[in-house]
Amino acid sequence: METMTATIPTSVPIAITDPAFAQKVQARSHEPLMRCYYCQKCSVGCPTSFAMDYQPAQVLKMVQLGQKEALLKSSAIWLCIGCETCGTRCPNDIRINNVMDVLKEMALEEGVAPAEKTVYALHRSFLNSIKIFGRLHELSMLAEYMLRVPQKLPQEIGLGVTLILKGKVLKFWSAIKGRDQIRELFRRAGL
Amino acid sequence: MRRIGVFICHCGTNIAGTVDVERVAAEIAKYPEVVLSTDYKYMCSDPGQNLIKESIARHNLDGIVVSACSPAMHEVTFRRATESAGVNPYQCEIANIREQVSWVHQNDKEAATIKAIETIRTIVEKVRYNESLVPFSLPLVKRALVIGGGIAGMTTALDIAEAGYPVLLVERDDHLGGNMARLSQAYVNFDGANDLLGSTIERVTHHPNIQVLTNAKVSEVGGYVGNFIVGVNTRSNGAAEPFSFDIGAIVVATGYELYKKENLGEYGAGRYPDVIDGLQFEQMLASKDGLRRPSDGREPKEVVWVQCAGSRDPELHKSYCSKICCMYVAKQTIAYKKRVPDGQAYVMYIDIRSQGRGYEEFVQTAMENYDVLYLRGKASKVFQENGQVTVWSTDTLTGQNIKVDADLVVLATAVVPASGAVELGQTIRSAVDEHGFFSEAHPKLRPVESNTAGIFLAGAAQFAKDIPETVAQASGAASKVLGLFALRQMVQEPTVAYVDPELCSGCGLCIPACPYDAREMHSWQALATVNAALCQGCGACAMVCPNKASKVRNFTPHQILTMMDAYL
Repeated sequence: METMTATIPTSVPIAITDPAFAQKVQARSHEPLMRCYYCQKCSVGCPTSFAMDYQPAQVLKMVQLGQKEALLKSSAIWLCIGCETCGTRCPNDIRINNVMDVLKEMALEEGVAPAEKTVYALHRSFLNSIKIFGRLHELSMLAEYMLRVPQKLPQEIGLGVTLILKGKVLKFWSAIKGRDQIRELFRRAGL
Repeated sequence: MRRIGVFICHCGTNIAGTVDVERVAAEIAKYPEVVLSTDYKYMCSDPGQNLIKESIARHNLDGIVVSACSPAMHEVTFRRATESAGVNPYQCEIANIREQVSWVHQNDKEAATIKAIETIRTIVEKVRYNESLVPFSLPLVKRALVIGGGIAGMTTALDIAEAGYPVLLVERDDHLGGNMARLSQAYVNFDGANDLLGSTIERVTHHPNIQVLTNAKVSEVGGYVGNFIVGVNTRSNGAAEPFSFDIGAIVVATGYELYKKENLGEYGAGRYPDVIDGLQFEQMLASKDGLRRPSDGREPKEVVWVQCAGSRDPELHKSYCSKICCMYVAKQTIAYKKRVPDGQAYVMYIDIRSQGRGYEEFVQTAMENYDVLYLRGKASKVFQENGQVTVWSTDTLTGQNIKVDADLVVLATAVVPASGAVELGQTIRSAVDEHGFFSEAHPKLRPVESNTAGIFLAGAAQFAKDIPETVAQASGAASKVLGLFALRQMVQEPTVAYVDPELCSGCGLCIPACPYDAREMHSWQALATVNAALCQGCGACAMVCPNKASKVRNFTPHQILTMMDAYL
């Protein structure tokens, strides 16, 4: 995977054209991301940063620099699993997962293809399951996920067997009473 | 016959762990005119000092050798003990067998013990020929000279004047206030600089104990602590004889100026009108016409501050951190955003140094509440393009080179000593460092004293400082002056040089040899004379004197030769 730190800076500098982008992300995420002084505690503690093209602190800096296009195309925003380790440790109380979510939303709104298609597929399947049942229903979620990314089937089949043996998957109906209210939430969110 | 007592200290195991102190005591006891030679665990302790005092009485001693640590540690202690037992304190000498023996020869106890014996013998020889001396007192002029009328000089002058002593305040400009008068507001509370300054200037100008001379320069300084004679030239007396003042203490408060921005060719200052320095931006902020850039009078919408412009650049410019720039840049960005809310401020920095109460928070406020974009990296060049000043820099945090098309570039240029500082240092005989800042006597323990007795330092003349630090040092310097003025008269160590008129041929070799200007020819006799108040007893004159007419008291050529004999 190509990482930012591995690239040699080009001799032609990148112009800072959109310093206001940071203010947009800040307003939408409610995270004080201009506070970041780049201590890198987030990057080092992040459990998925090893797979990211930009480290969490880099993402913040790139937001400050207004590098929207690179960010929306990045894998980092999709590989964030929202565990909040970064925000819990951040000396400036920036919960980067919220910034990542805003960037994901922006990518979808602007029609930028998610850099991590399987991650996007899992998100979608998860949300659709909740939309129908009002809570997570593994069987339908996994079914949709496998339909979206059939190439993953051989890899995931072993996990599926384990889950079945634990009685997790073969539950045909598992819905809550207030499904209408959940659906209303989805409607309001435009999903 | 002398009756000399030798007291050998163990210093716990510091000395006794290496030197066989009992053997040393036994050996020294055999030495001529040594009537007592003994050892003790800690000579500097109260029981140790009492041992010396009681021994003086019991054995009727008239010379004391304490064989212990460096005289820099406890010479004063043991001389005081000697004096309290009724013996002249200059009959007490220290033989250093710790720093110069036990600590440096830990691996060879036998050799260390022999060296200790030899060291003590030399000091016994010295004491044998020591004179009993009495410190002499000198008159003291209780009037201070303060050089520089900025916030440092004015603070010092006010503190001294308030304590009741007259102060002469010399300012080379035509007004008081110094650099602070050029500032708009001061961090971190945005107090108006001129509001703060106004009341100080008012108090200085009308204080009955302060005489202010503007357009004035100190042209010569003679004499010594407590008795300086200072010549001051003012524009009114022009090339005529300088006014002469008797002065007891001098405070140097000559402040700073900014390194010339034109020295930083890659940033285009001088060629591009919209590249300015920090003090110019202060003037823009203070202007009532609003914020206008120099080239076309437009309000700048994108402003770049370049920190460390000339600082932290040992190869090309100044090696040091100018200390105040991180903070004043943060202040200027906030002040700018308050004037131009839709503007964007960028700061190019290599590190942020914000040490002080509320300072770090202040810088964070600039980032968080005023959306100032801090970019880590030193700007590499500035050039003009389409009516804009483009800055090429880098962001080392993401590893990208970046450029900003700015309307205005503010260079936070290095803080350097005020022009003429080196010449003033020569005039008043006070050392400056390689950058021209006045040197303090000790970097930790004597930060407001210069190397010259009676000359004190305040403010940025000593090094780059912000207003709170400057005011603190200024008050510190004032309290040092007041400490001096609190003496009834000055006491001078008597171990200074003297001239034997019978031997002096008046050759004058000693006069240029003296580093303290303490010697001059007698006004009508062919004799060299010593100004004992200036003499520091270094012995340079004694070295050059072909007739051995110049001698240092209690360090005569005869003493030195007998000490050498004792060693060999």
